[in-house]
Amino acid sequence: MRHIISLLMENESGALSRVAGLFSARGYNIESLNVAPTEDETLSRMTIVTRDSDEVVEQIMKQLNKLVDVVKVVDLSEGLHIEREMMLVKVKAEGIWREEMKRMADIFRGRIIGVTENTYIIELTGAVSKLDAFLEALETGAIIETVRTGTSGIGRGDWVLKV
Amino acid sequence: MELTGAEIVVRCLQEEGVEFLFGYPGGAVLNIYDEIYKQNVFKHVLVRHEQAAVHAADGYSRASGRTGVALVTSGPGATNAVTGIATAYMDSVPLVVITGQVSVPAIGLDAFQEVDTVGITRPCVKHNFLVKDVKDLAATLKKAFYIASTGRPGPVVVDVPKDVTMHKTEFSYPKEISLRSYNPVIKGHDGQIKKAVQMILGAKRPMIYTGGGVILSNAAEVLNKLVRQLGYPCTSTLMGLGGYPSPDPLFLGMLGMHGTFEANMAMQHCDVLVAIGARFDDRVIGNPEHFYQEGRQIIHIDIDPASIAKRVKVDVPIVGDVGEVLREMLKLIQASHEKPEPAALKTWWTQIELWRSRNCLKYDTSSLLIKPQYVVEKLYEVTEGKAFVTSDVGQHQMWAAQFYPFDQPRRWINSGGLGTMGFGLPSAMGVQFAHPDAAVACITGEGSIQMNIQELSTCKQFNLPLKIILLNNRYLGMVRQWQEFFYGNRYSESYMDALPDFAKLAESYGHIGMRIDKPGDVEGALKEAFALKERLVFLDFQTDQSENVYPMIPGGKGLSEMILV
Ligand SMILES: Cc1ncc(C[n+]2csc(CCOP(=O)(O)OP(=O)(O)O)c2C)c(N)n1
Repeated sequence: MRHIISLLMENESGALSRVAGLFSARGYNIESLNVAPTEDETLSRMTIVTRDSDEVVEQIMKQLNKLVDVVKVVDLSEGLHIEREMMLVKVKAEGIWREEMKRMADIFRGRIIGVTENTYIIELTGAVSKLDAFLEALETGAIIETVRTGTSGIGRGDWVLKV
Repeated sequence: MELTGAEIVVRCLQEEGVEFLFGYPGGAVLNIYDEIYKQNVFKHVLVRHEQAAVHAADGYSRASGRTGVALVTSGPGATNAVTGIATAYMDSVPLVVITGQVSVPAIGLDAFQEVDTVGITRPCVKHNFLVKDVKDLAATLKKAFYIASTGRPGPVVVDVPKDVTMHKTEFSYPKEISLRSYNPVIKGHDGQIKKAVQMILGAKRPMIYTGGGVILSNAAEVLNKLVRQLGYPCTSTLMGLGGYPSPDPLFLGMLGMHGTFEANMAMQHCDVLVAIGARFDDRVIGNPEHFYQEGRQIIHIDIDPASIAKRVKVDVPIVGDVGEVLREMLKLIQASHEKPEPAALKTWWTQIELWRSRNCLKYDTSSLLIKPQYVVEKLYEVTEGKAFVTSDVGQHQMWAAQFYPFDQPRRWINSGGLGTMGFGLPSAMGVQFAHPDAAVACITGEGSIQMNIQELSTCKQFNLPLKIILLNNRYLGMVRQWQEFFYGNRYSESYMDALPDFAKLAESYGHIGMRIDKPGDVEGALKEAFALKERLVFLDFQTDQSENVYPMIPGGKGLSEMILV
């Protein structure tokens, strides 16, 4: 099953490599990982998406908790949560494609945030499946470059990950 | 007052009450060594290889229960220390290892003797630090000692750049420390403990399975009370030996790959299994699928939640310090009206005694060659079971574990998790520093001893009267045994050719050397050696080359699939 693990860790050099090292040393897979500081600058928040059996994910959670730099860990998939990923896609925007690309961006509620004579950069935010669907909907020849942030997640309502 | 980083390092070690610092100097730590020169609060032990510094600190820690401390230089000093650090990590030994580093501005520029110590050691430490600012130095060292010795213990590396040892700052050593991200659970969950006690008292075929956690948490005494109160059979892993007295009839011997028939069979066939500070690793239960037994319930007590349910499913997990949890359990058991069912227990013991009567550790006592088992048995007699025994890795290690019935914790010191050849001699040095008046024996093989033999020089310098018990079979015996069993007697590179004359070698280091060829001379030689209380004696026993360690569970097989003699 797909799990979204969200954690708070000390914002110290090396903390990220401890988490990444743990995953590679123990053979856990990472589908995506992102990390950035929080409003409390001593803490970073990381979101890791992994796909594994419940037993393995339980081990992953325990091993993450065991890292001295990790302050708190939750598995967002255990409760109501919202997940989002952001993607930037550079597409061809020449001739007939110029209209077509704009139309596709509108359908998927993307925004065109960069324009040149022959390219657009489209920004798209949503669940992973939506971003995947967008890429599939585009004609393959139209895509020049893509970059994705990986999933971020947050619990709904009273479910808060905070120190 | 302002102190330099080097002064701060020394002051911190003094504040921590460090008695011995095991180390080796080099460019990056010269400032620290200069401060060591000026003080005499703790003693510096100069080893002959950094790996040995860490093993010695490790042996000191295992024998004393205190945190071991080592100091090495940057680059090769640090890489040489890595095997020692990984050894301590696998066996959860509290160490603080201070490594020198190139100056902060040079980091990342491939400076002379630069290596990414924090990166290299990350997977084999409990935690590590790079101190980039002298202002953080004292607090970091405090954290290092705190993290190393609390929770599930382990080695902590503190990497200190050379310029940090020169910079000055106001010194104050924090008395207490708390980390928001690190709070080991000590007390077990009451509800879980109650549930476990009921399960234990209701057992018909109980089994108590103990590990290194019992030693680390100093829980031997309460374990004894608990086992005796219940009258249940008890076994131990290689790491837990001495936690429960081996000579006691309730003790079934060590379990696992080279464990006894009775211990392994009872593990497999019990209905309630109480795992205490042990982790069901591959050398202990073999194949987890084979280990699984319908209807058997497992209680698992461990301070490390990640050790629970890692290899086997557990019915009652209890996270907490083993000693704390056992004390709670004992109280409940003593207060309970429920008692174990005597008839069921009797039937179970009858079965166990039947297994025990298989006498799985028997060996040929009429041989004209020296049997390694015999040497260990005689060692036990001559030392009256009171010696501290370290070992290296191989057949001799298993014979030591099988034939020296330890009856106290912290007496048996070996590298169980990493299986590091070369551990025996340097760790014995650490043990002797911790217990200067005790008899300390290092049981070793001719392969292993050569991996850190240079430490005979350290032993001379510090007058360490170790007794080295070399079970010399002229083979990498454990490798040869596997080749005999599983590789059609193709002894690929397991013969130890061109061996030195160990007795002469020992003598050239200034020690006493003996070579023993006949079974009849074994006891006399041991007596003579242990009577030489002030001297290191190297006993080279020429043992039967073809002897194997039995029983044996082949890799990937189950506990009841032992090869027996
Ligand atoms: C550093 C290291 N290298 C290799 C091994 C693999 N190994 C395990 S036992 C063994 C043989 C040990 O031989 P010896 O020390 O002579 O002891 P014996 O088995 O003969 O008692 C070897 C090579 C190891 N455990 N550690």
